[in-house]
Amino acid sequence: MKKWMEHVKSSLWAQASLYTLFVLATSLSVYLMDKSAIAFLLLLASLLLLYYTSFPVKLKWAAAGLLLVIVIPFATSGGPSHESYMEVATQCGIYIAMALGLNIVVGFAGLLDLGFVAFFAIGAYTYAIFATPQANNFISGHLFPVSGSTFWLFIFIGGFIAALFGILLGLPVLRVKGDYLAIVTLGFGEIIRIIFNNLEKPVNITNGAMGLSSIKPPDLFGMDFIFPHQIYFIVLAILLLVLFGVRRLEHSRLGRSWKAIRDNEIAAQAMGVPLTLTKLSAFAVGASFSGMMGVVFAAKQTYVDPTSFTLLESITILAMVILGGMGSVPGVILGASLVTLLNIQVLTDVTQWLNELTAQGVINVPSALSPAKMQRFIFGAILVLIAVFRPYGLIASRNRKEDVEKLKERRSSAAISVNSTNGPSGGVTP
Amino acid sequence: MSMKKSFVALLIFVLAGSLLAACGKKSNSEASSGGGGSNKTVIKIATQSPLSGGSAVQGEAIKLGAQLSLDDHKDEFAKLGFDIQLAPYDDQADPKKGVANAELVAADKQILAVVGHMNSGVAIPSSVVYEKYNIPMVSPSNTATQVTDRKLKVVNRIVARDDFQGPAAAQYAVQTAGAKNIFVIQDKTAYGQGLAEAFKTEAEKQGAKIAGYESITIGEKDFNGILNQALTKKPDFIFFGGLYAEAGLLVKQAKEKGLDVPFMGADGIDTQGIVDVAGDKVTGVLYTSISTDITKTADGKAWADKYKQKFGKNVDGYSAYAYDCMSVILEALKKAINDNGGKLPSREQVRDAVRATKDFQGVATKVTFDDKGDNDYAKVFIYKFEKAAYPGSMISDISK
Amino acid sequence: MVSSILHSLPQVLVDGLTLGAVYAVVALGYTMVYGILELINFAHGEIFMTGAYVGTAVLFGFHALGWFEGAGWIAYMLILAAAMLFTGLLGVGIERVAYRPLRKAPKLISLISAIGVSFLLQDFVRFIAELRTGNYIVTGITLYNDNHKIATSSVSGVFGDAFLKTNTIIVFIVAVLMMVGLDMFSKRSKWGVAMRAVAQDRETASLMSINVNKVIALTFFIGSALGGATGVLFAQQYATIDPFIGYILGLKAFTAAVLGGIGNIRGAMFGGLLIGLLEMFAAANLGLITHGNFGAEYKDVFTFLILILVLIFKPQGLLGKAVKEKV
Repeated sequence: MKKWMEHVKSSLWAQASLYTLFVLATSLSVYLMDKSAIAFLLLLASLLLLYYTSFPVKLKWAAAGLLLVIVIPFATSGGPSHESYMEVATQCGIYIAMALGLNIVVGFAGLLDLGFVAFFAIGAYTYAIFATPQANNFISGHLFPVSGSTFWLFIFIGGFIAALFGILLGLPVLRVKGDYLAIVTLGFGEIIRIIFNNLEKPVNITNGAMGLSSIKPPDLFGMDFIFPHQIYFIVLAILLLVLFGVRRLEHSRLGRSWKAIRDNEIAAQAMGVPLTLTKLSAFAVGASFSGMMGVVFAAKQTYVDPTSFTLLESITILAMVILGGMGSVPGVILGASLVTLLNIQVLTDVTQWLNELTAQGVINVPSALSPAKMQRFIFGAILVLIAVFRPYGLIASRNRKEDVEKLKERRSSAAISVNSTNGPSGGVTP
Repeated sequence: MSMKKSFVALLIFVLAGSLLAACGKKSNSEASSGGGGSNKTVIKIATQSPLSGGSAVQGEAIKLGAQLSLDDHKDEFAKLGFDIQLAPYDDQADPKKGVANAELVAADKQILAVVGHMNSGVAIPSSVVYEKYNIPMVSPSNTATQVTDRKLKVVNRIVARDDFQGPAAAQYAVQTAGAKNIFVIQDKTAYGQGLAEAFKTEAEKQGAKIAGYESITIGEKDFNGILNQALTKKPDFIFFGGLYAEAGLLVKQAKEKGLDVPFMGADGIDTQGIVDVAGDKVTGVLYTSISTDITKTADGKAWADKYKQKFGKNVDGYSAYAYDCMSVILEALKKAINDNGGKLPSREQVRDAVRATKDFQGVATKVTFDDKGDNDYAKVFIYKFEKAAYPGSMISDISK
Repeated sequence: MVSSILHSLPQVLVDGLTLGAVYAVVALGYTMVYGILELINFAHGEIFMTGAYVGTAVLFGFHALGWFEGAGWIAYMLILAAAMLFTGLLGVGIERVAYRPLRKAPKLISLISAIGVSFLLQDFVRFIAELRTGNYIVTGITLYNDNHKIATSSVSGVFGDAFLKTNTIIVFIVAVLMMVGLDMFSKRSKWGVAMRAVAQDRETASLMSINVNKVIALTFFIGSALGGATGVLFAQQYATIDPFIGYILGLKAFTAAVLGGIGNIRGAMFGGLLIGLLEMFAAANLGLITHGNFGAEYKDVFTFLILILVLIFKPQGLLGKAVKEKV
């Protein structure tokens, strides 16, 4: 058995065939057994397995793309649960993007942000206010609601406005550090929520606690995106954009500056990292991811109200990041998926199952202990267990290994260029 | 090595979770094929209400009320060859969770209708999902006007709309109670805000002065700040749009400050809860309700006793409404089955049958849905706590 | 407008100081744990809530047995003691199970553990309360219910009268006693000195033959016991409690601790009282000042804005000492 494992580990072909087998088996079972959430979860787990295979990176990306774009939407389309699965996948995607955004602020730059959901709210309200007649209350000329085809533009507007608010929050916050920063951002998050909850007077902008309903769904060449399997592709596209951005940023000069600040602010400053700019950019980039998903969220729900943006939500996103492993992109993706799946699929299913057992008289629990009410309890228990047993997160972050020989090579070629051009100045030495 | 370990751990984690889920689903199919030892077709009616979190008391009342009605009709449906079951979902008073649950409800083909939601804020986005799959929803507590004003085919409610209940309360306050200087408080939820605004507009129309219009934060226990402001305005009437826990504390703290003026709420305080919270000080509090005093009729009293005996809890504000919601649905379901020649009806048929409900006599109210899904019979009754016991005594009624 | 504000001022002061005293004692728990472990103990609000429930439950027990009918103050002392003992031990238990294994882990992971514990506690209390009474919103027995009028209007005509419950006085006295006691303890006693030493430098303290684990456990015991006692005071003051009271109150208390300078015991007391007063003042007067455009619903915005301003201009909090960073 051990030998066999060794063989699998060493041979790419063995891995590839086993992996294909796994994907085929799970997607077939999802397709045929409509109600089996286990098959669906295993199919999603195939993405995780992919991460652990030793395929070349490009192949991994291609395979992941294939799975997400074709296999998963198709495999789940076998029965009535299709939309439900797609809804779950969509919400996963939204949370992954937000968690990746928060990961930049908390994981890369080490700035603890407890009010992150505010940017999500800002994105959502940006679209909601203009895609309903609401904006007519403060802009004259009955121009609103704008049509659903502007949604695509609003994704970027939402991201931009959220980034602007990120900078706005960042400016005063730069003076405070550590846990003081945590409480200031927490205050900021609450302030934004309370303002959205109360801005129906003196001018009715957000419609207060009543929320904004009948938001226009996205529209592409006359086709409305109203079903989860349609929204899924929008989320997927944005998620790819976000992922691409994060991967590029992580090892860029900016990304390294973030990590330098996180590890030691004073040392980073001494090495010439501009603190203000670096911190502000972390806030802005993180916020913009969240803002974009906010726009999608508003369009998907067709309704926004302030109850979606509570402190609990900020904490849930933070839990995703820490659970997955701060600073680790695959970890954060895993963390966000697990928490979302747990919350909207697994716990609900378990609850239904226990309910049925109760109804059939197999088990009997008093209503105070009814499993339907235990979701918070289970969530709490999982958080504690994971924290105690895997304190560095599920996939701990690792710095990219630099090949010493390659670096030497690069240095010698850089030295040549220094000689010839009188040298670039500054820069962070790796 | 550590990578392998973490991999194994993860896989176990995922497997454990999904195994459980799978078991759930398996028993699901078992239930449909052989549950109860006969081959009856299973029909499920879902409830969606918050079963955990801050408003779980009312959410639970909705679930239990619906369950009682379902159990009452079980035999009737068994004779028709159907096994009706309850599928309670916890929407956590969260719109996101409500929508995700709605998709799950839609995926379960055995579910033909939904009782819920409790919060208008959750009902509005979730009903968009129901509309896509033609699942009728009957709400025991959504009063926001937007719920039915969007003219969805699936949305129905048995309670009065904010723009009926609020003005009715205002009419009573100004005309009957003679209020001239009213202080309005709301709890900044979709329910409280809608109600308080409707009340305020009508009260101003009737010629009363609004001394102040303020809001509190739900879940807090100290409302002295707002009451201090009310004190300086010297109102002769206080209206509160919100739920019983806050209302009870407001009443109590107002009296402790010597602010002893009539206090009025709406169906959100139509529950035993306010008596528990405010104790003796609840005496004199007014509230509106869409249900007649059920304990006055013999049937109603018997019903309340049965509820208490079955669940070990007193009847709560929304239990009777939820009972009626479920009864309306089951009545429509029966009709749809008959029209379909005794076979399992489609969701569309049930949806149309629910909307066609006419003159249905429930425990709390009579039900006829209009073309928007509002209840024509939603009559508003005014109650007053003459002593510290629930329910108060009915002192007036206002129809549309 | 000014006359209205002055008119309600005496009552606002009384209510604000009462609420502030509650915040202050809960803030102490946050500040003590933070000072020693640099950990935001998110579960502290839930410990406060548990205290409220334990106190109420014990009082129900006394009532059912018919004990101390005539002697309310004995019952009061006993429920305070019971709640303090219970929550103190609970705090120690939480530290042992959920925080100690994480002392060497990244700082933030303890935060996750704390959030988990707070969910667990909320739900645990919820289902015990629901199992016993059928409803988790519990209204307890109030021991002192009478009301006094303070004739502040006789001092000057611009003021109105203020009302004061007997229990308000008790809340205030007990809170002050606890705060003074803790201050004395940390300044004078051997354990208090050890506590401060551990807070300053854990490793050096351990070299000076201080049992660090014991000191941390003691810190949790004292902080949680204070939180539990405040829970009892809260339950007596407002009578109605639910398992979620710790959440909002904990948030405000934590804000108070930061405002005063986290890790600083006197700062937490000061911050608590200040936040209580600010909040009460804002709720009573914001609507008047802005002519109804921005009402009492902005009271928390007001509080948080002040906090943010303070932190920007005095990042270490009002009474905190600026820490020089070692390079």
